[in-house]
Amino acid sequence: MAIKISGLTHIYNPGTPFQKTALEDIHLEVADGEFVGIIGHTGSGKSTLIQMFNGLLRPTSGEVYIKGKNIHEKGINKNEIRQQVGLVFQYPEYQLFEMTVYDDVAFGPKNLGLSKEEIDERVRYALEAVGLDKKYYEKSPFELSGGQKRRVAIAGVLAMKPDILILDEPTAGLDPKGRTSLFNQLKQMHEELKLTIVLISHSMEDMAKYAEKLIVLYKGKIAYQGTTREVFKEGRKLEAIGLAMPQIRYIMEELKARGMNIGTEVLTVEEAADLIKNYLRNAGGVK
Amino acid sequence: MIRDITIGQYYPVASPVHRLDPRTKILLTFIYIISLFFIDFFIGYGFVVVALYAAINVTRVPIKFMLKGLRGIVFILLFTVVLNIFFTPGGRVLFSWNFITVTEGGVKIALMMGARLILLIIGSSILTLTTSPIELTDGIESLLNPFRRIGVPAHEIAMMMSISLRFIPILLEETDKIMKAQMARGADFETGNIVRRAKAMIPIMVPLFISAFRRAEELAMAMEARCYRGGVGRTRMNSLQYKRRDCYAFIIGTLFMIVCFIL
Ligand SMILES: Nc1ncnc2c1ncn2[C@@H]1O[C@H](COP(=O)(O)OP(=O)(O)OP(=O)(O)O)[C@@H](O)[C@H]1O
Ligand SMILES: [Mg+2]
Repeated sequence: MAIKISGLTHIYNPGTPFQKTALEDIHLEVADGEFVGIIGHTGSGKSTLIQMFNGLLRPTSGEVYIKGKNIHEKGINKNEIRQQVGLVFQYPEYQLFEMTVYDDVAFGPKNLGLSKEEIDERVRYALEAVGLDKKYYEKSPFELSGGQKRRVAIAGVLAMKPDILILDEPTAGLDPKGRTSLFNQLKQMHEELKLTIVLISHSMEDMAKYAEKLIVLYKGKIAYQGTTREVFKEGRKLEAIGLAMPQIRYIMEELKARGMNIGTEVLTVEEAADLIKNYLRNAGGVK
Repeated sequence: MIRDITIGQYYPVASPVHRLDPRTKILLTFIYIISLFFIDFFIGYGFVVVALYAAINVTRVPIKFMLKGLRGIVFILLFTVVLNIFFTPGGRVLFSWNFITVTEGGVKIALMMGARLILLIIGSSILTLTTSPIELTDGIESLLNPFRRIGVPAHEIAMMMSISLRFIPILLEETDKIMKAQMARGADFETGNIVRRAKAMIPIMVPLFISAFRRAEELAMAMEARCYRGGVGRTRMNSLQYKRRDCYAFIIGTLFMIVCFIL
């Protein structure tokens, strides 16, 4: 089990007028090698939850287990946990600080106390993984475009070679091409390296396409949890908690309402296309 | 961790002190500070503590919350006290070793300075805890207005103050975020000697400065986009008005000052 959380509650600023319960009685499990999505409206506690995964926040109550180890027990090396669990924050490009892209990505491996050769290898591996051109390696990160900065920041976490990679809205503000390529790289790493990935995103389409499991947060509690298909079966109930279904499902429902006898529980455009083709073939529309 | 800093924070509860006109509170704080520097023996401080305690009770802000503000100045406090103990001559010599001498006068002054600092911080934190930043700057602007004739830019000063006050929590939040992000990359801010720790601050300071400048620029742009053009001809939505309770507060404050002088 990569991540296990039981009975977790988190209260910000307890005992002051600013007290805020951000998470309440959360139970969840992420298995090794899974690709899990977290969705929820703004302020539902997603970012708070992922900061629990590597011990940056200490829960008010409840336990967090990473690879079977309770990370808040005495004698646990937090840095070891943070190497295992790589966390990419929302808008990570604002954390760049070094003179060159290369040095910034090397910050993490350096903190792990690796040898020079090992650091060099990891930096190159990480920068290649996010698809940043070699000509930028010696540039200042502040000269890059927003999307390029984002890649550098993600590479900075990848260079730690985590077993579990957590990303908080990594594609917010990227162009469509940047989104697709970032997601494809994540998917590739997930498949080839058996990397466990936890992803926060507001795009239901991306979630439907990439996530195997979904965790739905609503006002700090888990509203739904299960495989992506199961969760999207909830259909319009998701709308009541500020979410939506993937757009293609609305199209399918509309087609059905207009008299096409067709299944509507699709996740991706490809699936929908297949269903429609099948329908038309059976109806004799397409030869 | 970094959010424990409470200096300049507003504590939103309903209390008679919260409802006072900000100008009243500012002036009373002035009176309080001046009185504090006129007292130079211990019974006087006892009286101030009692008065302060009563005032805090009226504000409905938990005393624990007020004392938390002192944590930020522990270092300055110790520094002042130690410096005064060792370097104030006068009175009977209590203790002497090599070039260090501790005199009765030194201890007395040190204790007094310590007490003064603590009372000063707690007393003025009543002002910031019970007055929202907007009220505070409105109050300051209104009090500075008479000096406009001699060239004091009252509105600009008040606006700058309110912006800086507003930026304190934002920058703290930003620091917290950046620290967490660097910690996620294995940064360590807690161990090592001074040089190491100072070096460990670079990954925080650089992004923090960049973001502060970016935010300042964005704010300037946003203000201009909404046609901000300084104080001339600006009217306000809520104008300040003295009420009867302000009158009572002034009477109590003046009595307090008189007692302090007599003591
Ligand atoms: N450092 C903090 N101090 C106090 N309250 C906080 C803090 N961080 C978050 N909160 C509060 O906790 C709640 C959950 O916040 P969180 O950042 O986890 O939401 P989110 O689901 O990530 O939202 P978004 O989609 O906008 O990123 C919010 O109501 C927020 O106001
Ligand atoms: Mg968030």
